[in-house]
Amino acid sequence: MSDRALLEGSEAMARAAVAAGCRFFTGYPMTPFTELLEHMAALLPQVDGVCMNAESELEAVGMAWGAATTGHLAATGSTGQGLSLMQESLSEITNARLPLVVFNMARGQGDYFQATRGGGHGDYRHIVLAPMDVPEAVELTRLAFDLAGQWRTPVMVLGDYFLAHTYQAVSVPSIDGAAPKVPDWALNGSTGGSGAAKIISPLGSGTEGEEGFDLGAHFADCAAHIQALEAGVEPLVDVGFCDDAELVVAAYGSVGKFVRYACLQLRDSGHRVGYIRPITLWPFPSQAVQDAAAGSAKVAVYEQNMGQMIDDVRLATLGAVPVEFIGGPSWDHSGFGIGPDINVPDISERILEAMP
Amino acid sequence: MSDDRIFISTDEPPAESAALVDDFTPSLITQANHHLCPGCGEPIAIRAAVEAIEELELAERTIAVFGIGCYTAFAHNLDVEVVQALHGRAPSVATGVKRMLPEGFVMTIQGDGDMVNEGLQEVLHAAARGENITCLLLNNGVFGETGGQMTTTTTLGQRTKTSIEGRDPHQHGHPILLSDLAATMDGAAYVARCAVNNAGNVARTKRYITRAYESQMAGAGFSLVEILTMCPTGWFVDTLEGPDYLQDTLAPVHNIGELRTP
Ligand SMILES: Cc1ncc(C[n+]2csc(CCOP(=O)(O)OP(=O)(O)O)c2C)c(N)n1
Ligand code: SF4
Ligand SMILES: [Mg+2]
Repeated sequence: MSDRALLEGSEAMARAAVAAGCRFFTGYPMTPFTELLEHMAALLPQVDGVCMNAESELEAVGMAWGAATTGHLAATGSTGQGLSLMQESLSEITNARLPLVVFNMARGQGDYFQATRGGGHGDYRHIVLAPMDVPEAVELTRLAFDLAGQWRTPVMVLGDYFLAHTYQAVSVPSIDGAAPKVPDWALNGSTGGSGAAKIISPLGSGTEGEEGFDLGAHFADCAAHIQALEAGVEPLVDVGFCDDAELVVAAYGSVGKFVRYACLQLRDSGHRVGYIRPITLWPFPSQAVQDAAAGSAKVAVYEQNMGQMIDDVRLATLGAVPVEFIGGPSWDHSGFGIGPDINVPDISERILEAMP
Repeated sequence: MSDDRIFISTDEPPAESAALVDDFTPSLITQANHHLCPGCGEPIAIRAAVEAIEELELAERTIAVFGIGCYTAFAHNLDVEVVQALHGRAPSVATGVKRMLPEGFVMTIQGDGDMVNEGLQEVLHAAARGENITCLLLNNGVFGETGGQMTTTTTLGQRTKTSIEGRDPHQHGHPILLSDLAATMDGAAYVARCAVNNAGNVARTKRYITRAYESQMAGAGFSLVEILTMCPTGWFVDTLEGPDYLQDTLAPVHNIGELRTP
């Protein structure tokens, strides 16, 4: 059952999270993540879940880590600096093979690298999904919990100020449903004394023998898991008009929606422009980008930073077509928002200038 | 003393190899051959911790969250469920576990470097919240695992690799007395400090740990047992001098006793 309602992005995502079975949430206030925390604090007690106002982001991610070991769906999140503080744990949670959803409500688009490169230490990656608007955020929130549970890995939902604070009419699933069954690997204490008590560790579950346990074997397993994710997770992508496009424009997130609109308008006025909007940012939809670019003379990348996703676009196209950067940082005086350059005439002008 | 005392000479290797007369390994330790140094106090403390779990029949509801230090080796040696946390972060991880499993028995095992340096805010916040978990602090006044550098619990005058002439308050500041600090928190139900440098203190350690566990099972709130442990390697003293060094260096500053009871 699903109700249609006019909801702020943060509330819609909170409802979608609880509907997906999330039963533990924790965070530390920071704009524009704060409202998500507030809505979770209001919603979770209604389903006997737990929401904690953590004393810091370091503690938030630690609490979420602990909750995740019990097999209940857990989530946390933050913004830029707060996410930076969490990276040490996100790396280790990935290696401990724990499901966790992380809501990254970023300020602007400067944190693409932080989100997709594995911002912490070590050789790890986790799934990243970037919705363009509130309805898509609702869908991707559900998907994030499903993927986290299925692959036992952190999944990041990368939103922004615009997404967190915009009201849109959305269909929100009811929060009355049951949470998914607790999986077999989860801890509850019951295997203690059995001779084979469970351990969940970023260093693997080896047993200390005469020689110590084999850490190398564990890291080899972690590497194989990353490869399996890359091969097994079908990256989502939104593509339009690329078949006969002279210029393909790539963009993601809220900004991607504006770019898509600009492309639609330019098409209407006869310009052979196509667009591609990666929705899954890791694993990056390289094949889709390559296919979209195949018939074109050029790819242009619009993102509101100094050029981050453009690296992935270049790697996907591998020199087959020129890739030009038409974005740039865009800050309003508050420093919080997506910035003033998210306006369609300006975007259209940049696209036209880039036309081959 | 009677004259039929047995003297064992250690000048030469024994003529016969030692025979195992009994297995004293607690049932919740799966592998007694740990890799910690001879004379280390940490295995004694961990032994007391698991014996108390067994005696209170908590094994089938225990989740132990480990910090990072020499004691971490035991994470893979115990027959209770374990979560390995990051350096300093065990109290938050234990919080997440306990909130989702309120019927479980949830504890942390951390060192002074882990709990009092890297993770000071975590343990104090958990104490202030009255989080119903038990934290065990193995305090040897040094970073043992990284080779004997100064921690915040190193006492004044104590020589370490990073306070070579002894800890000088003007240069290195003063030690943090973690249990005394935690005992001021209203959320703390039970706070005590003990040591493992002699048989009496080992017995006291077990007693304090048992009381802490009981306080958690009664739902009283946060509990902390700080255990002073020998680290002859990190102190650069002979193995046999460890217990006396503890008595002379750590114990006069980090006072033994119960600091807060329910
Ligand atoms: C963030 C971080 N910083 C530093 C280290 C390195 N490190 C590993 S063990 C350790 C010392 C642990 O000291 P303590 O907790 O007192 O345990 P002990 O070795 O003395 O038993 C340090 C500093 C680490 N693992 N993580
Ligand atoms: S270095 Fe110190 S704490 Fe570590 S095992 Fe050796 S004696 Fe124990
Ligand atoms: Mg230490």
